[in-house]
Amino acid sequence: MNRQDMNAFGQDVYVTRADAAIQFLQQAINWGRKHSFFQYPFVTACCGMEFMATWAPKYDIARFGAEFPRFSPRQADLLFVVGTVNHKLAPYLRRVYDQMCEPKWVISFGACASTGGFYDNYATVQGIDTIIPVDVYIPGCPPRPEAVLDSLLLLQEKVMKERPELSERILGPQQIEEARQHRAMGGQS
Amino acid sequence: MSVKALEKVAKKFASEVIDKHSNAGDDTLIVKRAKIKEILKFCRDDKELKFEFCMDVCGMDYLGYPNQDRFEVVYHLYSVTHNHRLRIRARVPENDPVIDTSVDIWPGTNWFEREVWDMYGVKFKGHPDLRRILMYEEFQGHPLRKDYPVNKRQPLIGPQN
Repeated sequence: MNRQDMNAFGQDVYVTRADAAIQFLQQAINWGRKHSFFQYPFVTACCGMEFMATWAPKYDIARFGAEFPRFSPRQADLLFVVGTVNHKLAPYLRRVYDQMCEPKWVISFGACASTGGFYDNYATVQGIDTIIPVDVYIPGCPPRPEAVLDSLLLLQEKVMKERPELSERILGPQQIEEARQHRAMGGQS
Repeated sequence: MSVKALEKVAKKFASEVIDKHSNAGDDTLIVKRAKIKEILKFCRDDKELKFEFCMDVCGMDYLGYPNQDRFEVVYHLYSVTHNHRLRIRARVPENDPVIDTSVDIWPGTNWFEREVWDMYGVKFKGHPDLRRILMYEEFQGHPLRKDYPVNKRQPLIGPQN
């Protein structure tokens, strides 16, 4: 593969100049997004204590730019589901998720949110991934703040690898495919 | 200690009493369900008893106990005036799980009875608003019954584990 075809993050780079510029812009946007998560803390149980500890000065989640909670889902892009979710709460969790604007990410915090934990009973949702898509799961009952920060770093990695949706939106998939074929035939843009 | 109160109720409703005891200082009267309303009313209104406060109504499931009705509704009474307590347990059979409501005696038992209905499926005749209180309307079965399977999943809820 041509050196031009890969960027620094191991992603495909499209060959048109406009596309290359958009690609660069997308990288810049990803970089900005990953350092400024606006989180919505959906805290329902004891995991919240560890969550607060992660916020507090000793662990200081602000180092990663994710310290500012928005208590309106419309202003948030990172949903932290912290603690047990039971069946009665499930519709509201789904609603909060649906109200969040794209792009949005979800972190499932602790054993209960991820799998139901030891609440294998009639009242508890057996993992929030039965209701909404989840990006990162944090194991533990409750997880230590280090684990929470680790999950945040994982999510940042994921955000950085996000596909260049922006270029697709501006050029459209058709044009991107054409550019690919153009490149494959050895043409110059 | 309210052995006196226990004896008084037991004497007044002698034909209704199945059993009584004062284990560990908890004075308990086990009665039939037919006249439960009269018994509770007597407990509230009698001058020596004065149980103004029904602290809790809960259910019991005695599944598999021989020679005994399956369900029980337990009333925990407290008298602010005399500072004494009494527990009244009313037996309710499985094939007809109905008992008279106590909402018109103590309005505060409204939600307790809804909870007993929700968890055990015991109906309260004359209750003004007998709906589920903890689970949602579409929930099937009564989860605190001993024969409710631990791993049972409800139809509206996601994949089966």
